[in-house]
Amino acid sequence: MTAWLIKDVEITGPGHHGPTDLLVADGTITAIGAGLTDAGAQVLDAAGLIALPGLVDLHTHLREPGREDAETIETGTRAAALGGFTAVHAMANTEPVADTAGVVEQVWRLGRAAGHCDVQPVGAVTVGLAGTRLAELGTMADSAARVRVFSDDGRCVADPLLMRRALEYVKAFDGVIAQHAQDPRLTEGAQLNEGEISGRLGLAGWPAVAEEAIIARDCLLAAHVGSTLHICHVSTAGSAEIIRWAKSKGWPVTAEVTPHHLLLTDELAVGYDPVFKVNPPLRTAADVAELRRALADGTIDCVATDHAPHPVEAKETEWSEAAFGMTGLETALRVVQQAMVDTGLLDWSGVADRMSVRPARIGRLAGHGALLAVGVPANLMLYDPAAPAEAVSPVGASKSRNTPFAGMPLPGRVVATFLRGTPTVLDGKLA
Amino acid sequence: MKRHLISAADLSRGDALLILDTAEELAGLADRPIKKLPTLRGRTVVNLFFEDSTRTRISFEAAAKRLSADVINFSAKGSSVGKGESLKDTALTLEAMGADAVVIRHSASGAAHRLAGWVRGSVVNAGDGTHEHPTQALLDAFTIRRRLFKGGIAPRGGLGGSSPRGSTASGRGAGLDGIRVTIVGDVLHSRVARSNVLLLTTLGAEVTLAAPPTLLPFAVDTWPCAVSYDLDSELPKSDVVMMLRVQQERMTAAYFPSVREYSRRYGLDTARMARLPDHAIVLHPGPMNRGVEIAAEVADSARSMIVEQVANGVTTRMAVLYLLLGGTEFPEVAS
Repeated sequence: MTAWLIKDVEITGPGHHGPTDLLVADGTITAIGAGLTDAGAQVLDAAGLIALPGLVDLHTHLREPGREDAETIETGTRAAALGGFTAVHAMANTEPVADTAGVVEQVWRLGRAAGHCDVQPVGAVTVGLAGTRLAELGTMADSAARVRVFSDDGRCVADPLLMRRALEYVKAFDGVIAQHAQDPRLTEGAQLNEGEISGRLGLAGWPAVAEEAIIARDCLLAAHVGSTLHICHVSTAGSAEIIRWAKSKGWPVTAEVTPHHLLLTDELAVGYDPVFKVNPPLRTAADVAELRRALADGTIDCVATDHAPHPVEAKETEWSEAAFGMTGLETALRVVQQAMVDTGLLDWSGVADRMSVRPARIGRLAGHGALLAVGVPANLMLYDPAAPAEAVSPVGASKSRNTPFAGMPLPGRVVATFLRGTPTVLDGKLA
Repeated sequence: MKRHLISAADLSRGDALLILDTAEELAGLADRPIKKLPTLRGRTVVNLFFEDSTRTRISFEAAAKRLSADVINFSAKGSSVGKGESLKDTALTLEAMGADAVVIRHSASGAAHRLAGWVRGSVVNAGDGTHEHPTQALLDAFTIRRRLFKGGIAPRGGLGGSSPRGSTASGRGAGLDGIRVTIVGDVLHSRVARSNVLLLTTLGAEVTLAAPPTLLPFAVDTWPCAVSYDLDSELPKSDVVMMLRVQQERMTAAYFPSVREYSRRYGLDTARMARLPDHAIVLHPGPMNRGVEIAAEVADSARSMIVEQVANGVTTRMAVLYLLLGGTEFPEVAS
């Protein structure tokens, strides 16, 4: 296995100041310090770059099995690697649904075979995401895929009794229920954030309360049964406030926010271009400001992409006919730089925490999310924050092109990604 | 004017007055034995209707034919990718056939907007979901101006006033300044209401929405109009009352307890009509639910403009097509 000597890199995290060298060998970081040499190692000049622990995504739709026209595990993990990720959690809403050990093991194995990043399957909470019977959570936990995060994402576990049972049941194997918070009755036919824009455009509103009411209920349930709740894609100021309150009580609640909810607003829907159609919907500028604040102060634990690829025809249609979702793996860190770092809300140590350390911890993912230090697995990425803002290309490694950032100038550039010491990306291209 | 008519917000006051004044000139045509002008000869207008709406379709068809355009009626029910051809493919087909204008009616809000991105011809929105129906608003404004002006009513200084071209007996050149219009009913789902609020306020009218709170949009306070839950208090100060149709599917979806209660609180019956000022008129975009939002006696009364609205619809749509397609040989009808 080739050793890599990364020269003059800025390591993010406490205790690191100024450029240093980093030696990677046999899948681990073997040395950190100025002026390192290793005759057998490949040298990578990283002057001006920062090194972050490999990014971890808690929320990715890889679409395989079932919708290989939109994305495959191969193409989705390529996109992940190019975005600086070394691990992604593959959501369960595939066809068939990942609600059995067989499906989660298949996804896990396909991820290993692709080799661009680790693929950690998420198991469905209920059979077929139907919201009526618990899936075999324990069997998925015991499988080779070692599932710890369970989610019916795309649908809400709306039945309060079923949600309570799921939260209780996964305590036996340190599981976590990741809730897609959306009251189904309050969002029947919903298309866009309920507000001034939806009223003007004549699109059925998706009210903030439909998210907030479920989050409040589930925080109370998690506290009641003493189990762990994770909230997917928090999108409203009110949700952040409820989570802040739950955390102040010491309740075991964590939460994620997507890059797009940190940057985009419902105003973008005025042209009826469904590339901006997503669930939960884009909200208002006031929500965006509050979500940034909540991510900065740690109320929201992490950034998760909710990368949701769709084929062209699913978006090239009337708004109400179009699919919900946006791609996001390849742009996530650049969006976070724009929304959080360049605004002074978060430093790069904070980014490492919110995009690697905490999501790995929430996902119970061993070997990822460790701050860069001698002896830890060499899952890391190199990033150039000073790269001039460049317009995002609609075409990337993902099989789909439904990025809302197409044409938008974003700062920064992912230069390299290392998975257990092996480069998956070098010079911004797949290695 | 812009190339398309998708939203009433696309129209400046000048644009709107140009359409109304052009319609006024064209109105003379309806009284002639031969109701046809050669202005759009050789041009093709496609009526692309994804929703059943015979009234609107024949209105546009009559308008285009009276201007000598070739008319193609295209009924395409069911719009989803799963059910048949996509909107985009339909658009490309029309494009290949060389449509100069596409009049589109669709159940999805924003469909006209999307279509405009895929065709080169002018797009006229003939109703898209719960978004807008701008030609309905134009014909309503036309009806209001004609009727209130001919009746000699210039309430609170409205209708006369400053006009670049000088007002004539039909209100030509005049806006609707100071006219008070009350729009009643299901504003939330009404494309007619959205377009009317935008257009009537552009023309200077003061619009009030009267509806149960459940049938008003969430952020209606950001709209350029007043809002009331109490129809009775609005009637004595209204010059125009516009009743909206209550759709069948709202009647069972908890927007109000029962049709009877809705009718009792927001229906326009003879007792309510008696509260209107003498000059006030009643509009309804049709089709009506007699006995629900409007009593038969009101619909058939002298105040009712409902039949006139239909006639004015053809004239107004002629003006829109004429102006969008830049027709030649401007009609010398008025003289």
